[in-house]
Amino acid sequence: MAWLGEAVIICPVALLCALGIPSLLSRRLAETTINRFLQSAMVIGLAASTLMLCMMLPMTNPHVAVELGNWVSIPGYEFHLKLIFDRLSVPFVMLSYILCGTIFAFASRYMHREPGYNRFFTLNAVFLLGMVTTSLAGTIETLFAGWELVGLSSALLVAFFHERPAPVRNGLRVWCVYRVSDAALLIAALTLHHFGHSDFEKVLGIESWPGGRATVSEYEALVVGLLLLLAAAGKSALIPFSGWLPRAMEGPTPSSAVFYGALSVHLGAFLLLRVSPMLEKSLTLRIIIVCLGLLTAIYAAIVGRAQTDIKSAICFASLTQVAIIVAEIGFGLRFLPLVHILGNGCLRTLQFVRAPTLLQDYRQLENAIGDRLPRLSGFWDSILPYGVRVWLYRFAIERGYLDVVIDNYIVDPFVAVFRWCDGMERRWTDYLSGGRSRESDQVTGSHGSLEEFL
Amino acid sequence: MKDFHLPWLELAILFCLVGGAWVGRLRNPHVARRWALLFSGLALVATTGAWLDFDYLDAQQADDTFHLLSHLAGRELLVMDELSAPLLPLAALLFFLVPLATLQTKVRRFSFAWNLVSEALILALFSCQEQWGIIVFLAVGTIPPYLELRERGKPTHVYIIHMALFILLLVVGWTFAEIEGGSGRVHSLWVIIPLLGAILVRSGIAPFHCWMTDLFEHASFGTALLFVMPISGAYAAVRLVLPIAPDWVLSSIGLASLFTAVYASGMALVQTEARRFFCYLFLSHSALVLVGLEVGPVNPLALTGALCVWLSVGMALGGFGLTLRALEARRGRLSLTHFHGLYEHTPELAICFLLTGLASVGFPGTVGFVGTELLIDGAVEAYPYIGVAVVIAGALNGVALIKTYFILFTGTRYTSAVSLRIRTRERFAVLLLASLILIGGIYPQPGVHSRNEAAKALLKTREALAPSPTFPSPHHVEEHHTPEHGG
Repeated sequence: MAWLGEAVIICPVALLCALGIPSLLSRRLAETTINRFLQSAMVIGLAASTLMLCMMLPMTNPHVAVELGNWVSIPGYEFHLKLIFDRLSVPFVMLSYILCGTIFAFASRYMHREPGYNRFFTLNAVFLLGMVTTSLAGTIETLFAGWELVGLSSALLVAFFHERPAPVRNGLRVWCVYRVSDAALLIAALTLHHFGHSDFEKVLGIESWPGGRATVSEYEALVVGLLLLLAAAGKSALIPFSGWLPRAMEGPTPSSAVFYGALSVHLGAFLLLRVSPMLEKSLTLRIIIVCLGLLTAIYAAIVGRAQTDIKSAICFASLTQVAIIVAEIGFGLRFLPLVHILGNGCLRTLQFVRAPTLLQDYRQLENAIGDRLPRLSGFWDSILPYGVRVWLYRFAIERGYLDVVIDNYIVDPFVAVFRWCDGMERRWTDYLSGGRSRESDQVTGSHGSLEEFL
Repeated sequence: MKDFHLPWLELAILFCLVGGAWVGRLRNPHVARRWALLFSGLALVATTGAWLDFDYLDAQQADDTFHLLSHLAGRELLVMDELSAPLLPLAALLFFLVPLATLQTKVRRFSFAWNLVSEALILALFSCQEQWGIIVFLAVGTIPPYLELRERGKPTHVYIIHMALFILLLVVGWTFAEIEGGSGRVHSLWVIIPLLGAILVRSGIAPFHCWMTDLFEHASFGTALLFVMPISGAYAAVRLVLPIAPDWVLSSIGLASLFTAVYASGMALVQTEARRFFCYLFLSHSALVLVGLEVGPVNPLALTGALCVWLSVGMALGGFGLTLRALEARRGRLSLTHFHGLYEHTPELAICFLLTGLASVGFPGTVGFVGTELLIDGAVEAYPYIGVAVVIAGALNGVALIKTYFILFTGTRYTSAVSLRIRTRERFAVLLLASLILIGGIYPQPGVHSRNEAAKALLKTREALAPSPTFPSPHHVEEHHTPEHGG
């Protein structure tokens, strides 16, 4: 079975090499060649993961660990690569292959003759590799490696249409949140090391998911769990990081579908599911997870109703479900959230890829019924006072003021402090030089400012 | 100590010195560049030969055969050990790639002769284990950038003040050390404080870092890059301070370096000009190397990680600097307050920018990943707060990097009357560095093993001060560490 497991991870690696190396060598691949590479990688990867599933079905304890050997080994430190195939990782990997394959097929026409066709699929190959690595990771470091690949590809794809400033700014915003998430995950990994663990099998037990029993204490579970929750909140756009999700819609629709409708946005929930035996150790942690999930669900449901474009509306609908999934995990459910992820992922992907033809769909519906589509007044309209509804509308249209709060209370003070330090350094070097010391002051931009960019 | 099969180290330095003298006589800069490339290429071959020979000999230390210089000096001046083995070819590679990737627009501003002289000094420094030799090479090495600043009519006060302070402290510190009996014992504050100060100044540890930003402001980018990139301050720390410093000194350097790593990463985020951004990015990374070196005696893994990061930073930020320099050659000094839209002109440089930058922040699959992991892992084992601070610095550096990438390569496409595409020589440099970064990232074991051996050798130099923490034996690892560090 090991070779099957290896095939599952080798496919995205080979795809990335096939698309990335020619870019590095300035060799432009034809669209048909790229499509052939994509099809081959998807078919082989999906077939390997399906075969893996078939071979695991008869097992009473479906848990297969594929050892890929030591990547680094020195006295006192070993970095061995291990893939875990179990009830959690196999469905997630298969979902990744199916949705990425579908979206690749869709995008091969959607992006036809688009400048950056190769770049789009290279970044998607990075994303697929990140997803597969994260899903199958047997250790927290391997998971971290995949996690970072997903983050980088997301940010660069949001900024795909890079001649316009808005996608680029939003890509940077996504990247900043992801870095916070990455840092939280890395600190969680370090904390686990500090407590003496890091291999999932050692921390969560070798029983097949979700039957493992965590070997950490309640305090350790709370500390590490909170850090992992922070990482998951960043990746899954839970409060207070929800502001990046609608911004991420600046990317091409196919990548929005697979990233923010289906896979990437569920990665936080996947992480919590992966460490779920640890969550059971701490009631406080579970309460916090439930609260965060419910709060985000309410927030996303309110905000989603006031969005003025279809992609943002879908992404908040998706976020509502993701938040409910997180709450379900906090409640101690395991298979329901997994099924919920699979269902929500498939539905949102479909909705996203249909989004560009929404008006056409509406017109067809209206032609079919021979009238305008009815505007339904909601339940809340009848019971909420006008003032509250206006306030809620403002709250929703400003997306809960989350970005404003982060800008005003984190980004601006941070920039102000370091700008002040920069000014002091200037005074110091001017003093030592006996005059103006900075040539770079004469290097001026033609327009815009850093504040605007940040 | 074993002998090399050829006098590699002497040859490498000789090539540079002869090359420097010869190229200095040439008036035509294009001819000068060709000769400079030949001599620095020969030096690269010699240092690579020395490294391979050292690996083949499987020795802890090796020196040149025939002992020509030893006969003249009366002692072994040039020696290669585990620490310096990869540093020499890395330095030679950087000194080869910078003139190679110098475009015609910059060829008159870059001094190829002084570049070769500087290379000779750096190679001599990394081959030298004699304390006074190290001090002399470090001191003389500060002269070429000063001469360039003067020649270009740029302000030199900041540079002179800091470098004079550095040399003075170094000389005073080691003079007192000699008076007190040399290395191998704990010394008084008369020795420790000046040496500590010298290391802080040379490494650009805050608040002594302003000379570095000033150098990047006024010197040519190539000169500034080559002066700072080998991280000579870390070498001085390893050879001069590590063997004699009590733990509190190492902790002090470690804390100051940690602060610098975070501070410089924050400063990189608010810079409005590309050179200053690069300088702070480099400062943050070089400070991380020092953090690991100082935590090393408490946890050897951190020392191994620091030595790995030293190499990866040299490669990654070296390539990153070359990319920025190539962009500067096309657009002049680069403001970071507006978009430049250069992607469509030079997609290869964009890829290289991302690849080298991400490698510097320890992105998975690149040469920096395992080193950063080791450094953070070891630091956390020793002092948890250090690990957290290092992670924060890495996160900020990552944000600064992508922000700069977006500013330089995205935005409305820049319209140019001339082609800005990558040139063949630049492409060679870019592909070579990209290959090294990716190969080192995908197959890190040889590099990490070599750095681990170097770390062991360095810790032995502190055995006279206190029992150093031993590396766990394989049996010990199996029993205690594999579960914890299995990654």
